[in-house]
Amino acid sequence: MKSLELINIRKEYGEAIAVADMNMQIQRGELVSLLGPSGCGKTTTLRMVAGFIAPTSGSVVLDGRDVTDLAPYERNTALVFQSYALFPHMTVAQNVGFGLEMRKVGKADREAQSLEALKRVRLDHLADRYPRQLSGGQQQRVALARGLVLNPAIFLLDEPLSNLDAKLRGEVRSEIRSLQQSLELTTLMVTHDQEEALTMSDKLVLMEGGKVRQAGTAQDLYERPADSFVADFVGRSNVIEGRVEEDGFHTVCGTLLPPAAAGQPNARFYSVRPEKIAITRAGDGVEGALREILYLGAQTEYTVMLGETSVTVVTATPGPDDALAGLQTGDPVRLQWNGGDARLLDA
Amino acid sequence: MRLTGLIYRGGIVIAYTVMLLPVLLLVVTSVFRDAIIAFPPSGLSLDWYRNAIGREEFLNGFIVSFKVAAIATVIGVPVGTAASLALVRSNIRAKQAITTFLLGPIIVPGIVAGTALYLTYLLAQNQLDMDIVGTLPGLVASHILLTIPWTVRVVTAGLQGLDRSVEEAALNLGARPFTVFWRVTLPMMRPAIVAASMFSFIQSFENLELTLLLVGPGMSTLPIAMLNYLEFQIDPTLAAVATIQIVVIAAMMLITDRYVKLSRIV
Repeated sequence: MKSLELINIRKEYGEAIAVADMNMQIQRGELVSLLGPSGCGKTTTLRMVAGFIAPTSGSVVLDGRDVTDLAPYERNTALVFQSYALFPHMTVAQNVGFGLEMRKVGKADREAQSLEALKRVRLDHLADRYPRQLSGGQQQRVALARGLVLNPAIFLLDEPLSNLDAKLRGEVRSEIRSLQQSLELTTLMVTHDQEEALTMSDKLVLMEGGKVRQAGTAQDLYERPADSFVADFVGRSNVIEGRVEEDGFHTVCGTLLPPAAAGQPNARFYSVRPEKIAITRAGDGVEGALREILYLGAQTEYTVMLGETSVTVVTATPGPDDALAGLQTGDPVRLQWNGGDARLLDA
Repeated sequence: MRLTGLIYRGGIVIAYTVMLLPVLLLVVTSVFRDAIIAFPPSGLSLDWYRNAIGREEFLNGFIVSFKVAAIATVIGVPVGTAASLALVRSNIRAKQAITTFLLGPIIVPGIVAGTALYLTYLLAQNQLDMDIVGTLPGLVASHILLTIPWTVRVVTAGLQGLDRSVEEAALNLGARPFTVFWRVTLPMMRPAIVAASMFSFIQSFENLELTLLLVGPGMSTLPIAMLNYLEFQIDPTLAAVATIQIVVIAAMMLITDRYVKLSRIV
């Protein structure tokens, strides 16, 4: 069942188009991520759903009701801000109870429900603290509880992890996801971090320049990217420019690459993921010259030149007895990959 | 590294000495026994305090100054706060010009503004056939010209540092705009408003130049009473009055600072 529907939604600021006739749907209980580089229109879209930005045209439908012209306080959305935006002069319990107070819920009910929501995020013991006395991660959970208690039609998360340090990020990520799944919260999340989007979402919508470049599951975007932008933004990819000839794809310098399994016949780009390529000193495969070796611990990254074209290869770091161990920059190497892992893209 | 640290600390020590030494001397001389200040004093005494408290012109001056400062603050701070909100939040045109205009009274030299006000008051008195110079309303009106700019300055700075998303969060949770203002914006502005009130009060309380021509018989402020006294006598009574004033203002600042950290605002 559809929970949120955006129909031909468009936002212009004078000449600039922030969001261009976008369509999308979120089913009940689903977590959908709007992913894209900064300035791609994802935050504008989120704010149009919350009602802080009025679309130039198009409509926002929430649980079957057209809310396009409603004020933020008339929509049943719960926005969790990047900065958490807790009320600094209220205790944690008062913060969580604020929305209920606005709905004229009595004091006793309010307190009981706030405590219940705080228990959900395991913060009931801090109910009487003030926001400034909490850590970033705890403030984040208060912000979640503040929305949770209102049982909103949709949760809107604006870059929920960007203000947390790297270690905490993973923890909060799985906490939000498990909360979302166990309570079946319909959620729209905005992020610029593809790892965040891949791990947390049921569906991703990749935006660029105000347009949807591709929508689908994490697997769809990673394994079947629609174009070179998607291939490069979701995960890493070698996007090699060239042209298709009778015998297969040639790079701009004329190197023939293994035949790709899928893609458009008149493609201008050939895409293959760094981890799908095997590197050897000699043998079969495309010939190249090693330009750079980056030791990353568990993995090693090689940059190989096929003529003028640079290709990145990521493999498990070779052991001391491995033939690759003594590899030096400038050495000739061979690259091999399965045609099934490569795709031809026309844009 | 060590040397720059030393210079840095030395600079701080010198700055504080230059600022606090006169104050310290004032407090010290207020307990000297001699009518003509000399060092070393022939003895110590609290007679000058007795004289200061006993003299009617100082007590009256204190009461007038207090009343004027309190009323001017109560009127000027809400007006200045409203102006700051409009300047920071709305899209009115000529913001810069309006800001400069509102800050004008503290940019124009006090004696110039005071003279202009005096002439204006005289003109108004003739037209309206009523007393303005030397009345409490006349003094309050002129001191509102001090409290508004100070409020605009302090509250505008406070508002600019205020996270708008907190107000958006309140809207998102179902609060209507007026409720957002009353329950979220205003409480968040509280430190700035408290600071603005205190600065306004002090500015009005200690003002001399602007007020000089606007006082009248029985309606004189404390700084002017002190100036008048100084014209005829130079005994340490004034030092005693000033010490009392310093203590009162310092107490106000300390009390305010307990509720609002002033260093965060100014």
